[in-house]
Amino acid sequence: MSDLISLTLAEAREALTAKEVSSRELTSAFIQAIEAARPLNAFITETAEKALLMADASDKRRAAGNVGALEGLPLAIKDLFCTNGTRTTAASKILGNFVPPYESTVTQNLWSAGAVMLGKTNMDEFAMGSSNETSAFGPVFNPWRSRGSNTNLVPGGSSGGSSAAVAADLCLAATGTDTGGSIRQPAAVTGTVGLKPTYGRCSRYGIVAFASSLDQAGPMAKTVKDAAILLTSMASIDPRDSTSAETAVPDYEKLMAGSIRGLRVGIPKEYRLDGMSTDITALWDKGGRWLKDQGAEIFEVSLPHTKYALPTYYIVAPAEASSNLARYDGVRFGYRASNPHDITDLYERSRGEGFGAEVQRRILIGTYVLSAGYYDAYYSRAQKLRTLIKRDFEQAFEKCDVLLTPSTPGAAFGIGAKTSDPLEMYLQDVFTVTVNLAGLPGISIPGGLTADGLPLGLQLIGKAFDEGTLLRAAAAVETAADFKAKPAKWWTA
Amino acid sequence: MSRTIKGQSGEWEIVIGMEVHAQVLSRAKLFSGASTEFGAEPNSQVSFVDAGMPGMLPVINEKCIEQAVRTGLGLKAKINRRSIFDRKNYFYPDLPSGYQISQYKDPIVGEGEVTIDLKDGESIKVGIERLHLEQDAGKSLHDQSPDNSFVDLNRAGVALMEIVTKPHMRSSEEAAAFLRKLRAIVRYLGTCDGNMDEGSMRADVNVSVCRPGGYEEFRKTGSFKSLGIRCEIKNVNSMRFIAQAVEYEARRQVDLLEEGGTVRQETRLFDARLGETRSMRGKEEAHDYRYFPDPDLLPLELEQDWIDSIAQSLPELPDEKRARFIAQGLSPYDASVLVAERELADFYEDLAKGVDAKAAVNWLNNEILGRLNRDGLSIAQIPVPAAANNAIIQMVADGTISGKIAKDLLDIVWAEGGDPREVVDKRGLRQVTDTGAIDAAIEKVIAANPAKVEEIKLKPKLAGWFVGQVMKETGGKASPAAVNAALKIRLNLPDEG
Repeated sequence: MSDLISLTLAEAREALTAKEVSSRELTSAFIQAIEAARPLNAFITETAEKALLMADASDKRRAAGNVGALEGLPLAIKDLFCTNGTRTTAASKILGNFVPPYESTVTQNLWSAGAVMLGKTNMDEFAMGSSNETSAFGPVFNPWRSRGSNTNLVPGGSSGGSSAAVAADLCLAATGTDTGGSIRQPAAVTGTVGLKPTYGRCSRYGIVAFASSLDQAGPMAKTVKDAAILLTSMASIDPRDSTSAETAVPDYEKLMAGSIRGLRVGIPKEYRLDGMSTDITALWDKGGRWLKDQGAEIFEVSLPHTKYALPTYYIVAPAEASSNLARYDGVRFGYRASNPHDITDLYERSRGEGFGAEVQRRILIGTYVLSAGYYDAYYSRAQKLRTLIKRDFEQAFEKCDVLLTPSTPGAAFGIGAKTSDPLEMYLQDVFTVTVNLAGLPGISIPGGLTADGLPLGLQLIGKAFDEGTLLRAAAAVETAADFKAKPAKWWTA
Repeated sequence: MSRTIKGQSGEWEIVIGMEVHAQVLSRAKLFSGASTEFGAEPNSQVSFVDAGMPGMLPVINEKCIEQAVRTGLGLKAKINRRSIFDRKNYFYPDLPSGYQISQYKDPIVGEGEVTIDLKDGESIKVGIERLHLEQDAGKSLHDQSPDNSFVDLNRAGVALMEIVTKPHMRSSEEAAAFLRKLRAIVRYLGTCDGNMDEGSMRADVNVSVCRPGGYEEFRKTGSFKSLGIRCEIKNVNSMRFIAQAVEYEARRQVDLLEEGGTVRQETRLFDARLGETRSMRGKEEAHDYRYFPDPDLLPLELEQDWIDSIAQSLPELPDEKRARFIAQGLSPYDASVLVAERELADFYEDLAKGVDAKAAVNWLNNEILGRLNRDGLSIAQIPVPAAANNAIIQMVADGTISGKIAKDLLDIVWAEGGDPREVVDKRGLRQVTDTGAIDAAIEKVIAANPAKVEEIKLKPKLAGWFVGQVMKETGGKASPAAVNAALKIRLNLPDEG
């Protein structure tokens, strides 16, 4: 059965079409793999029973000739997507027992296309983190370890459960969400592909909000093609989300095919940081050569406001989060402190006991930057910088079609290595937050391994709603990188 | 009620501004499809959005936007083609999301104006500062159980228009007149039912006092420094309470200032039971609402064509209607009374069709309003439709019935219903102008009262007595004019000089 779980989404789709395997067989293989991989802690909620029901229903539909775009394909869902009747926690104690009576648009799109849900993946609490260590359900371990080491590493975050599940063959692909890098950074450190689409491409309806103007759902997969297939089904025009784009969804699988001859690739000079590891700079240079070898034009571009991106992000995102998370007050749903003596006590203890330390830190920052007397100095200036950062990209895209950067400043690090210094943790997103602030699509593709044998990713950034070109460039990188490495399955031992 | 208030040390001027919350008339809430109907079972009209469930997003209800624009146009105000929804953050159990979606820096409607007509015939203009849209909160119920508070979210998310005036009112009378006028305008427009009992219109009143001349200085320079420190009085939810609250608060401030104290800028609560205001919270205890643009909603952009089409669909508003009524011959006072309620004005227009305007308004004032008042009915509940009343007025005008019979006829159809013309025919109420019948009645009266006939030759003023007797003889149906003329001939009376 182990060959079934190592299939790509596209390969599994072919196998199902050719009736070489049923959705039930495929799903069962993943259920077994998930059970065997419990030491990774990639899932908060496994939904084996539901998965088999969905697989059987899919097999019936297929027998009846009714085949959706993702018919019978088992997926893992980040626990930030509300799933009707299945517990949705956002990896927080405050939503520990929350069972939504509604389905997010993105997951509904997947089920409507015939996909099967294997379970809800672990993540940083409310998607706040870059290592999956802020989860109230414990950290996720990266399936990858340094060569010859038994040290557990982080799978990135916040979509760390999804990245680990894809890397460890616990699903064909998974959904993630990306507010500052939460799809691309975990993809990079687990040797998988992670795509953050243009803001507004996937509906936010039914996704537990972190920072509304930045949050965007996207696919996490084994290959660029799988990401394209998944995005085609995840994306939609949704009247229930006012920020959802009214742009028709193309077939990304078709758009990604073809040569990149003549593609103009910009290398933003401001992304070359002091003290960057040679592993990263070497890979970045290699990425440029790969694209050039396939006929692309490579040249340097400037994004002058890049250095303001992280500070801007850490004002805008916490500000929105402080307001978005106000609804978790112990009054209507979720965790409520016992025996409150008045309403203030109910609020303070429910939130104090229900939220973890990182979430509390961000609520405090967000509340502060929006406060009277500080709004102009922080929030208002951050909005202006955001406009400038957006303009940087617009100007760069007058000259080029995609930008090439590293995905992260380094490879996966050890559990606990960065938890004592939030600023160092926040630096994980230095190459990815700019893309969220500008609302653009970005993708991380595995580029190679470090000297220690850990995966590294390259990021491509595209024009708004030009995921087609972005995927085509990503496929070119993927082909040249020829990344075939897999983590040793130490957890099954 | 005057614009000044007397203190120990002299006169003080009262200055008033208002913030009115008017519930938008719409079937669905501002950002969800849940119903807005009043009086439903608690928590039966709550969508996932209204309850602030995780991942739920607001979607603007276009009807509410249209109503706000319609109201703005009715207030002769500037419609802002780009406006922004902001979040006003605070914790309260009946505020499910922990923030209220409102409009802060960029409201949908800017400056406008309302003209109010005062009793003495003077009219003044009250400037409108802005109108913005916001969500209503739910309702906390503290009196249902000794141990628990309950929350009803039916109202949570219902659209409100907050209408803010400039401090252009100078007395409790003007404040009440403004609110009445505003209510008339939104009712004419159909954008708010103006029902203060059900809370669909609520007012917060800002009151300050200053020395004479301060207000004029403020109007000249626009400087608020010329005015006194204001207090905001919340929870004033009837016309009567507005007058009470203003009077009480102005007096309190004058007394305070004259004792050498200073007025603290604060929010005060009006206690309708005690007829007084008391401090709720000072400026320093005011919430920090941390307003910021709601990232779930894009800026609201309106097409000029759409605004124009709404402008073209506006009904005739009270001021225009009043001017038209005056042009038709009504007194300014009568016209003002009529236009205060759209239903009354509409009734009047049906009533006055094809008859003299003055006769119609007199009939309305003297006969209809009295009977409505007696029976505790509103104009909408009147048992005799306007057309039937119109028929009665016409019958008086063409001499078919007398004025006296007209009143009796109204009583009959008021109590029993029916077509007035048929009732006149069936009951023989038609005015008698047949001289034969009148002459017969005169002869009868003369025959029965020979002494009076002798008397009248000396005292022609007794003619009135004869007219009354003849009228009685004809059962009130005789035309008084015809009786007069016939008597004059029969008794050979001189022309009155």
